[in-house]
Amino acid sequence: MTVTPDPALAADARRERRFFLSLSLPALFIVGLAAILPILWIIRQSFLTTGGEYTVGNYAKVLSSGLTWSALVTTLELSLGTLAICILLGTPLALALASVRPRVANVLMAFVMLPLWTAILVRTYGWLVLLRRDGLINAALTGSGLTAEPLPLVYNFTGTLIGMVHYMLPLFLLPVYAAMRDIDQNLIRAAASMGATFEQVMRTVIMPLSAGGIFSGSIIVLIYSIGFFITPAVLGGGKVNPLSTRIERTLSTFQDWGSASVLGILLLVLMALIGVMLLAARRLLAQNTVDASHA
Amino acid sequence: MLEAYPHNRLARIVLWGFAALVMAFLMLPTLVVVPLSFSASNLLEFPPHAYSLRWYENFFGSATWMAALRTSLILGTLTALIAVPFALLACISMNRLGGKTAAAIQSVLLTPSITPGILLAIGLFFVLAAQRLVGTLFGVLVGHVVLAVPVACIVLLPALARFDWNQVQAARSLGANWARAIGGIIVPQLRISLLSATLMAFLTSLDESVISIFVASGRNSTMPKLMFVSLRDQIDPTIAAISTLWTAIVVVVVLMVALRQKS
Repeated sequence: MTVTPDPALAADARRERRFFLSLSLPALFIVGLAAILPILWIIRQSFLTTGGEYTVGNYAKVLSSGLTWSALVTTLELSLGTLAICILLGTPLALALASVRPRVANVLMAFVMLPLWTAILVRTYGWLVLLRRDGLINAALTGSGLTAEPLPLVYNFTGTLIGMVHYMLPLFLLPVYAAMRDIDQNLIRAAASMGATFEQVMRTVIMPLSAGGIFSGSIIVLIYSIGFFITPAVLGGGKVNPLSTRIERTLSTFQDWGSASVLGILLLVLMALIGVMLLAARRLLAQNTVDASHA
Repeated sequence: MLEAYPHNRLARIVLWGFAALVMAFLMLPTLVVVPLSFSASNLLEFPPHAYSLRWYENFFGSATWMAALRTSLILGTLTALIAVPFALLACISMNRLGGKTAAAIQSVLLTPSITPGILLAIGLFFVLAAQRLVGTLFGVLVGHVVLAVPVACIVLLPALARFDWNQVQAARSLGANWARAIGGIIVPQLRISLLSATLMAFLTSLDESVISIFVASGRNSTMPKLMFVSLRDQIDPTIAAISTLWTAIVVVVVLMVALRQKS
């Protein structure tokens, strides 16, 4: 039996759809005005001279500068270094949290999330206090006789990396913890009852089933690290210059809007490249999972 | 999760020892500023030899810091008041439209949260410079609203998914218009989620630093901008006092949200 739609009802449905669409307009408008238009403006500005004429000179200038390439390398070193340390520190912590009762885990999670709720500049200040030459950590190191001289822990790459890991770790931990919580406990019991050792369970049950969470966490860390500004600017002490701080200096100190925009576009391209690689990686990961289930 | 391996005590001790160290690493910088803020000395000595409230007095007595505090509070409030209604309407729209349209709207709305802050900041700076609006409250405000909208959406979307739409249908069939249905039924029922969204939007604005650094200036400088500038120049314990106050406020707000959601 076919039902002939009543034209009046169909018109009503269309009108309602239009109405619901219109509810999104204020939010879409503000995103257009304050996020999309600015990005387009960066693209436009990258082709303008100081006088406002069209040029490709900015690109030639920025891409032929050694500073640009060292900024690119620093950006990658910082991002990949942060990601590697987050995986090393975050995965065991997530495993520990996922292995206790939810009630206890929730309390511990609140402590883990404390830095996430602390203002970034407060945390950066905390690290400055801890890592300085006469700071708490150096005092503990020299006081206990572990090192004779205070170590240079801040205003350099080390300090920047510490600050960035501290920012990214809770963001990484959340999806990994969620994935580990979702693992069916019976799988682990079954493996154990069949005589699997602790290491075998880790390798064949827990790690493959948390891979999705680790992957999501890694995406989040990379996306946030690539353009991170505050931590390198303060804890790097002017010596660590990824693209973000190079953009700031080009804009504020040299007033070179064109070059700053080209550097911004480089950052966009880097983001896009990482996005494409991650999509490809996810497809590969999904294929492997399918293969494993057939095997 | 690992209860099937009770005999593996060594692995458990190593795992928890490691976990405790990582958790200490996460909490350390937030906690270390608290005793410093009560120090009587202007050196950053730890633990302080004598205690005082001079850095708090310094903060509350400084016209510059007070102006920044005022700006930040005004901005946070305005951001929440604008972003949350915008986000609520957009979430209703996404919830009712569903499918590809909703997914498209969502991906546009989430763009600002995955765009590097530095790009939003310089882009906004260019746009505002063209309109001669750099340094105005308006410029920072639009930047903060655009960051707070995705945050509010993340809170409100799941809440709306749980909402029973038959109530709105009933009200509509009894003659209520949409404005009435939203104001009289949706808003009161979502009040806890709306409160969370408001607080999160407020915190988003309060903590935002990169856009403020580029776009705010003079009288309209925000707290993070002023902290950034003074961190670059010197390490003044006044910032320890500010950090302690700030963290205390945030902890209270987050606890309020968590307890409300539980009850």
